[in-house]
Amino acid sequence: MKYSKKVIEHFTRPHNQGAIEQADGIGTVGNPKCGDIMRIYLKINQNSKGQEVIEDIKFETLGCGAAISTSSMMTDLAKGKTLEEALKITNEKVAEELGGLPTLKMHCSNLAADALKKAIEDYQLKNKK
Amino acid sequence: MSENKKIYLDNAATTATDQEVLQEMLPYFNEKFGNPMSVHSFGQEAMAAVDEAREKVANFFQCSPLEIIFTSGASESNNLSIKGSVRSFQLSHKDKDQKPHVITSSIEHHCVLDTCKSLEKDDLAEVTFLPVTEKGFINLGKLKEAIQPNTILISIMYVNNEVGTIQPIVEIGEFLQKLNQERLEQKLPKIFFHTDATQALNHLDCNIDKLGVDLLSFSGHKIYGPKGIGGLFIRKGTAIRRIQSGGDQEFKLRGGTHNVPGIVGVGAAIEKLSQDQNKSEKIIDLQNYLIERVLKEIPKSNLNGSRENLAPHIVNFRFDGVEGESLLLALDLEGIAVSTGSACAAGALDPSHVLLAMGLKHEQAHSSLRVSLGKNNTKEELDVFVEKLKKIIERLRRISGDVLKDFQ
Repeated sequence: MKYSKKVIEHFTRPHNQGAIEQADGIGTVGNPKCGDIMRIYLKINQNSKGQEVIEDIKFETLGCGAAISTSSMMTDLAKGKTLEEALKITNEKVAEELGGLPTLKMHCSNLAADALKKAIEDYQLKNKK
Repeated sequence: MSENKKIYLDNAATTATDQEVLQEMLPYFNEKFGNPMSVHSFGQEAMAAVDEAREKVANFFQCSPLEIIFTSGASESNNLSIKGSVRSFQLSHKDKDQKPHVITSSIEHHCVLDTCKSLEKDDLAEVTFLPVTEKGFINLGKLKEAIQPNTILISIMYVNNEVGTIQPIVEIGEFLQKLNQERLEQKLPKIFFHTDATQALNHLDCNIDKLGVDLLSFSGHKIYGPKGIGGLFIRKGTAIRRIQSGGDQEFKLRGGTHNVPGIVGVGAAIEKLSQDQNKSEKIIDLQNYLIERVLKEIPKSNLNGSRENLAPHIVNFRFDGVEGESLLLALDLEGIAVSTGSACAAGALDPSHVLLAMGLKHEQAHSSLRVSLGKNNTKEELDVFVEKLKKIIERLRRISGDVLKDFQ
């Protein structure tokens, strides 16, 4: 099992790591049994066209190298995107942007897009009119 | 020592072959390359080397050379011990209804557990997997309770490879000796005693009469010898049959051309063990130093297992809120090699079966790190390790925040 250079970069210096106080949406995926837990915090705002965009995004992850680097990469991909665009980000896309993941890690640790989706759903639920 | 030099703290996984051992092996690849089973002088020369190695191994275990066979390693020796014992029972009990019973523990190496599970699955044997205490020891009382009229074999490891606990081998041996006398009168099958001593050879007494074992597995590459070679002590009179056919090698118990360079290597390595008397003391000092520093200087750190009856070279730590594979990866990027009980590093779904059997929660098992010391490690290396470890754990805990709280 060997990680790509990009995975190691994101693992060593993760982007957007931390929590957002009074976040507009929060999503947590994974479980302690399998060892990987990811939590995503979102700050949502409207752009000039009146669309909802991810103004800020942060993550907290307890997990292996792949779990941490996919979290970091996903936040890079999602930041600044409209919710509609952000929902199109897939786990596969995150792995691809990282230059691939070891096969074993594709299923157990590649959950960042799921966490993002959950955080967006959380936001949408709270803001239902 | 330069900070850039790599630090190897995974000596329970494997060790580097000693230079002297390697030198002894080299001629047997292309100068003295004969097949020991050949009658001509090339063969005789190779057979003489095999015999000499067998003597060295027998000296170490204080047994007869006729009681030592060479195998490809401890996994094969464990397979042969268990499957070979079951096969022997079957061949001498044609009554198909009577199935033999084997007792082992839930913290054995996978090669023992998987062998036992496959015998169970194939309906060839009944197996009891003994539980362990939270400190990682089998309970002698539980073992006694598990014995059945059809019990033929008990297989308990000498030193656990993940947490380093020393199992009560001498006590089991003494108990079985008495019990087998009673069983003889009751016309019940004798219970043979096997131990996987792979992790014990470097530091513990392996005199087979003191241990009271009938079968003992060992491996070359854990004792500064080569990989792909190991052996099995088989006490004279032990009911065991071959499981690998193909030739008359190894007293007809293991078919296959001798791995002559490997055999020469394991002989040389085992001979050196008796000569390096001081190394255990040095490693005990290092172990104490490591445990004290880590537990004192790293918050929320714990020792998995026991401080008593702990083999000198293995330490298993647990750091709450840190996942083992990420810790291993971060240390590796700093040039430090360790091992983890987390499934994420092994490509398995569940974390260490040993830590789970000791009652740890999954997330605790995932947070575990095994450090295993070797004779070439120094205090300076441990200083570098502890300093790096502190920083990495701090960083990884920052990344994980408090996500675990949702699940508690």
